Amino acid sequence: MQGKCGLFFTTYRGEAQIFQSGFQKLMIGLLLAVLLAAPLALNIHMTSIRNLIFISVIGAVGLNLLTGVCGQISLGHGAFIGVGAYAAGQCSLHGVPFPLAILTGGLITAMVGMVFGVPSLRLKGIYLAIATLAAQLVLEYVFLHGGVLTGGSNGLLLEPPKVLGFVFDSEARMYYLLLFFAAASLLMVSNIMRSRYGRAFVSIRDFYLSAEIVGVNLFWYKLVAFGVSSFLAGVAGGLWGHYTGYISAEQFNIGLSISYLAMIIIGGRGSVIGSVFGAVFIVLLPEVLNVLANSLGAFFPDIAQYIVALREGVFGLVLILFLIFEPEGLAHRWRLVKAYWKLYPFAH
Amino acid sequence: MEYYLQLFINGLVVGGIYSLVALGFVVIYKATKVVNFAQGELVMAGAYICFALTVQFNIPFLWAFLLTLAFSVLLGLAIERMVLRPLIGEEHISVIMVTVGMSSVLKSLVQLFWGTQIRVYPQVLPTEPVVIAGLPVAPVYLAAFALSAVLFAIFSVFFKYSRTGIAMRATAFDQQAAQSMGIGIKNIFAMSWCIACVVSAVGGVILGNINGINSQLGHLGLKVFPAVILGGLDSLLGAALGGLIIGVLENVCDGAARQLFGLGGFREVAAFIILVVILMIKPYGLFGTKEIERV
Repeated sequence: MQGKCGLFFTTYRGEAQIFQSGFQKLMIGLLLAVLLAAPLALNIHMTSIRNLIFISVIGAVGLNLLTGVCGQISLGHGAFIGVGAYAAGQCSLHGVPFPLAILTGGLITAMVGMVFGVPSLRLKGIYLAIATLAAQLVLEYVFLHGGVLTGGSNGLLLEPPKVLGFVFDSEARMYYLLLFFAAASLLMVSNIMRSRYGRAFVSIRDFYLSAEIVGVNLFWYKLVAFGVSSFLAGVAGGLWGHYTGYISAEQFNIGLSISYLAMIIIGGRGSVIGSVFGAVFIVLLPEVLNVLANSLGAFFPDIAQYIVALREGVFGLVLILFLIFEPEGLAHRWRLVKAYWKLYPFAH
Repeated sequence: MEYYLQLFINGLVVGGIYSLVALGFVVIYKATKVVNFAQGELVMAGAYICFALTVQFNIPFLWAFLLTLAFSVLLGLAIERMVLRPLIGEEHISVIMVTVGMSSVLKSLVQLFWGTQIRVYPQVLPTEPVVIAGLPVAPVYLAAFALSAVLFAIFSVFFKYSRTGIAMRATAFDQQAAQSMGIGIKNIFAMSWCIACVVSAVGGVILGNINGINSQLGHLGLKVFPAVILGGLDSLLGAALGGLIIGVLENVCDGAARQLFGLGGFREVAAFIILVVILMIKPYGLFGTKEIERV
């Protein structure tokens, strides 16, 4: 834990608090107030971008718990999100109420994730990465050829979610629903990270042999990491399916897995706030490129046909540059900025 | 039966190309411990360069081929120097993700220059099929297979007898010891990337001659993983055999699934199901070095 100037603790409980100072609580409160008021001032497009960010935050913070905190690489998160989307979608098609459908989707995904997590006891590093890559490709095949269960290449059509008779059928209404889920999952992961489980995950990431020697049951904790992480992926998938109203197999390809991994690398591995930064960054990147392309369209009329290729290239380039020049991600930058202002204007 | 024999032979040819690409992968992994997710994109880059030289610049095929190899050497050097060297000593995930990023960049460059439609090479080999064991086989398949075999032989000799090859093996075995014996590790790293790029480019040119190229060629790179895991991540012989076996197995499984269950597109996953099974029962593959940990 990084202590702040003039902030000291007399109990371990105090040290483990998520929000340590009154100022931090005030800022979080202000941020929440701004987020709650935002849809009133924004147009539909802006709100929809924020909705996508919320969904990505849920998936990214889940993956960060597995890959950033516990050190187990997963290249299959795109497919796990797909499992959640299909499971929650099937539930609500069969008349299960929305909150229960999302929960069931998450639990089913957690089980699938744990099945693919079982090899993690024997496989480490790149072997695990390749095993999860296989999981991704096999699940993709299942989505496409799953018959009635997944709707095959036709996909599934879903109704907007309904909670206690209230229908979330507009962008602004979805905004509040997704904001709730994103905040809840951030809180959940922050709490896991300061618990016994979180410390066990970190010890496994840092050196699994030492972890085992001090009594961390590797198999159990890795399995839990896979389970919780896939649960969040499943929730993100269920919400995504209900938000767009349509689920198709192409959404959950290897590219989705890679963009989630990019989120946690760009945001910062093992950091909750980093997952948020990464999700914001990766969702905004194509939007910014679109705006740029539109404004450049006057000078280069052909640019629209290159935009898809450009988007992928810029994505790759950003990823490479972050890994080389800022391997700890935006969360590190954020810490530096905070440290700068903490001592301002007396920085040494 | 003839159906399966045909599948078997087709599988061998595809497997020959997998072997080539896997060879490139293993050379990099052996020397630098980098898991290269951009192997398929290196294949694609080679194929498109050769295509551009022959079709767009009208250079005779043989010269174009040699120029492509020269270009691949430069590409390998550039990748090693600019992307991989800053990441020496970083965690697995960073290195994996940097090659993933590289694959995105290469793919987008190819799309920017040549678009996404299928491009066809001019015919350099006769199209009249040769009959082997009662089955017609196109000469280009034979050439592909022969070329893979020749390249494999060259690399075996190179790693066994040449000074540089032995230095590369020494580096793979123990970097510090190699360095203290006066081997320039950085040169070895650069060299292994060059070799991988050249081998991949050869694979790309062969593929281009067989059924044309498009910007989705990079997906081939994923097929490398079943091949190298089956063979053992750091074994050249394993890569060659693994590629062939995976090529045959996926073709036969696909044919069987189509005939027995009416399932289409099983080819794409067959190799990965095999991969999971291998990881479960024999994670270090047929010829890989077992990692032993002592506490």
